Amino acid sequence: MSVLNIKKGSSAHSAYDLKDPNSMVIESHTLTILVDNEAGVLARVIGLFSGRGYNIESLTVAEINGEYHQSRITIVTTGTPQVIEQIKAQLGRIIPVHKVHDLTVEGPYVERELAMFKVSGTGDQRVEALRLADIFRANVVDSTLESFVFEMTGKSEKIDAFAELMRPLGLQETARTGVAAMARGA
Amino acid sequence: MERQMSGAKMIIQALKDQDVEVVFGYPGGAVLPIYDEIFLQNDIRHILVRHEQGALHAAEGYARSTGKPGVVLVTSGPGATNAVTGLTDALLDSIPLVVLTGQVPTFMIGNDAFQEADTVGITRPCTKHNWLVKDTNDLAATIHEGFHIATSGRPGPVLIDIPKDVQFADGTYTPPTDMAKNRYNPVVKGDIEKITALAELIERAEKPIFYTGGGVINSGVGASQLLRELTDATGIPITSTLMGLGAYPASGENWLGMLGMHGLYEANMAMHGSDLIICVGARFDDRITGRVEDFAPDANIVHIDIDPSSINKIIPADLAIIGDVGHVLEDLLKVWKSRGRKTNKPALKKWWGQIDEWKARKCLAYTQKGKIIKPQYALERLQALTQDMDRYITTEVGQHQMWAAQYLKFDEPNRLMTSGGLGTMGYGTPSSMGVQMAHPDSLVINIAGEGSWLMNMQEMGTAMQYRLRTKQFILNNERLGMVRQWQELLHNERYSETWQEALPDFVKLADAFGCKGIRVSDPDDLDDAIKDMLAYDGPVIFDCLVEKHENCFPMIPSGAPHNEMLMGDANTQDAIGDSGAVLV
Repeated sequence: MSVLNIKKGSSAHSAYDLKDPNSMVIESHTLTILVDNEAGVLARVIGLFSGRGYNIESLTVAEINGEYHQSRITIVTTGTPQVIEQIKAQLGRIIPVHKVHDLTVEGPYVERELAMFKVSGTGDQRVEALRLADIFRANVVDSTLESFVFEMTGKSEKIDAFAELMRPLGLQETARTGVAAMARGA
Repeated sequence: MERQMSGAKMIIQALKDQDVEVVFGYPGGAVLPIYDEIFLQNDIRHILVRHEQGALHAAEGYARSTGKPGVVLVTSGPGATNAVTGLTDALLDSIPLVVLTGQVPTFMIGNDAFQEADTVGITRPCTKHNWLVKDTNDLAATIHEGFHIATSGRPGPVLIDIPKDVQFADGTYTPPTDMAKNRYNPVVKGDIEKITALAELIERAEKPIFYTGGGVINSGVGASQLLRELTDATGIPITSTLMGLGAYPASGENWLGMLGMHGLYEANMAMHGSDLIICVGARFDDRITGRVEDFAPDANIVHIDIDPSSINKIIPADLAIIGDVGHVLEDLLKVWKSRGRKTNKPALKKWWGQIDEWKARKCLAYTQKGKIIKPQYALERLQALTQDMDRYITTEVGQHQMWAAQYLKFDEPNRLMTSGGLGTMGYGTPSSMGVQMAHPDSLVINIAGEGSWLMNMQEMGTAMQYRLRTKQFILNNERLGMVRQWQELLHNERYSETWQEALPDFVKLADAFGCKGIRVSDPDDLDDAIKDMLAYDGPVIFDCLVEKHENCFPMIPSGAPHNEMLMGDANTQDAIGDSGAVLV
């Protein structure tokens, strides 16, 4: 390839495989970040997002390897391609950050979220809630004569849909974990 | 070696093992055990500043003029919060600092104890990394890791917060040699394929230019040498940011001068007209690029930087080489030579012809007439009278800073200490003390405005105590000149709060501190006054009364591209639109 004929903003020679760095289209990306589980590491990651004006749509974090004291943070964020590249590069500068994966560009991946819903009601409403829960494969983890607590895991869209259906049936409380995600295959 | 010792002793031992010679600091309750250990030894010198901000800037001056990390020791609470400006300054200019702060005892953390502040919380966004050490056994290893992180990769400030009980408690000392493999190891070698692609671009480019920055200086003296060799061998014109001045000599054949908002006409025009911009250790700051949409419309952009987050942040790079500038330039030179040392000579000749036309515009011209000293004239005379001396320059922030960059000549790296990224007024005085500590026999001059200088003038006490012979060269226009200039250009000459009424008498102030004061207001007396200043063996406060309404030109108005510069003689009214006004 003739190096002098590089198109402006072309990705061929960039540090990262940019699609079109000048695009203003807002994209959603799921990032997983492997960090040392030490004091303040979550504050560093979150502070980066708030300090530089990036978005956090969802965030989960827990220790995944007690022996090496490592945690995995999953963040769903939105921005233009240039902003997404900046977010990844800035995350890479944080000393306790070991790896940043952009699952959205790295290939197929699965993402799941866990949610709990408290729905109260009697009579037909109560029956309908239970029937819908069955369709959505939500489990009943607590019940009284006037209420259920449903638990379900799935993609965020499925949880959104279920929450929408529960609203007229007496939805009282919602708790969601945010997205955990992992690349498919070995 | 006895490896069991108190935390306080461990700190001193760790600093010794890191070859620290000087610590800038200010004592307080939460660091008493460390100061006790300082009292009991003679290897490390402690410089007592007059304000913690001064300690940070002094350490920055020390670091930037030596290439070694600057070390600071301050107490908890207000000691730590006063360090925040210096930490941010060092972060933006990539200066390696290791800052040790005292903290209230671990069992009192969170109680709103006396002089307690959440130091690691407050300084998290303004350090490269920071730690709260809760166990004396971790202390030495943390300090060693701190030095490693501050000085490797893109340098920056680190902070280690040490509670008082950790200083008192005994623990096991870990020498640097026993450190486990470090978790922070940035890439320093560039991708050889990309370097080859750059060599190919250099061979063919018709209008190439080197745009260099502070990264060259941070990479070490060797990197500057390689840059000089490459520039001279290829005959490519070179410009630099404020932070990069001196990496390529101002007396060098290919030198175009500084670029950017107050850069030289020829440098900015060459950037705009170029077909190949080779950015070496610079970061496309907004003071450099002007309007991003119109930045160098015809150029291929090559970006060499050790920090991947600098790439594509502002200007998309067509070719990005991640690595240490010194390593990349070394490989680039090798590859380019092995390919036959080719350049596009006929095109380069034409390019230089064009550049010479721009140079002929003489953008720094000014007229010194009458009985009032023009600030440009004062700096030109200072340059003429000091050019053969072993000279270091620090600056404050404002018009004088830009004039210093335009009219003083820097032929070596590490000779200009200035607050580029953060623009910290009050940087220069303490910074000049740090430089003088590192280079006791050299001439150190702080180019200042009277506004900036007053911000940290208490450090004259430090200069007197340690006999630091720095010269405080104040271009006194009795105005906050840069702000006043903007008010003239875009707020219809409504000079809101840019006149400091009741300035002190700087000569009497010098008397009060016990140093020498010199005032000059007549251009005919200027040379003799400067010679007096240079001849005096001690600190001098030099009050140079200059033209009060001089503006700093050339200038790219905010929101304009490189080829729309305002020149000193141009009609400057209404040159900046409303959209530019917000970018000031």
